[in-house]
Amino acid sequence: MRIHLTSLFVDDQAKALQFYTEVLGFVKKTDVPVGEDRWLTVVSAEDPDGVELVLEPSGHPAVKPYRDALIDDGIPMTAFEVADVQAEYERLSALGVKFTQQPIEMDSISTAVFDDSCGNLIQIIHSA
Amino acid sequence: MADELFKALADSTRRTILDELAERSGQTLFELCTRLSVKHQLRMSRQAVSQHLAVLEQAGLVESRREGRYKYHDLNVGPLQSITERWISPEETEHKS
Repeated sequence: MRIHLTSLFVDDQAKALQFYTEVLGFVKKTDVPVGEDRWLTVVSAEDPDGVELVLEPSGHPAVKPYRDALIDDGIPMTAFEVADVQAEYERLSALGVKFTQQPIEMDSISTAVFDDSCGNLIQIIHSA
Repeated sequence: MADELFKALADSTRRTILDELAERSGQTLFELCTRLSVKHQLRMSRQAVSQHLAVLEQAGLVESRREGRYKYHDLNVGPLQSITERWISPEETEHKS
């Protein structure tokens, strides 16, 4: 068994697709209309056959209280691996991305946390 | 206020929280938890860290502020001033120098 899909609730699928592809650099994999919404996934450009990230509509009533409580405590539920946390922090900040945790280096791990502007906090991580 | 201040400082975990906030003020609960577990190998629940923060806030050593949807915790060293003022008079420090 292996992980195939993982989902993020996004406020606006079109805006999320733009952020995840144009700002973060992921690649669109699937985009199929489903009722009023889309079955929309992106993958890493470095691993196009790897885990797909589903950009899921956030309309379900459970989503708002769940995300509000997480964001209140600054908790990211998703982490992306990067080669250089500091460099990504600088690149994304220059593109207007808001960080709730600036890079910290602890032993062999570096992390930072940013707001994906679609309702989620995301951690970037590098472990040497 | 003085009792609350000394009680807050009497716990090593709370002093570690203050150390981390002194290194960088304005941290989310998540960042503090990350620092405590990764840097200090302190195995605690978020609720436990939250409770320590509440004690520090009660003593005035930590202040929390909202910025949009986020909540950040800042260090406030103001109350520590009262400790030095209580026992170390200005004349005494002058004598020593």
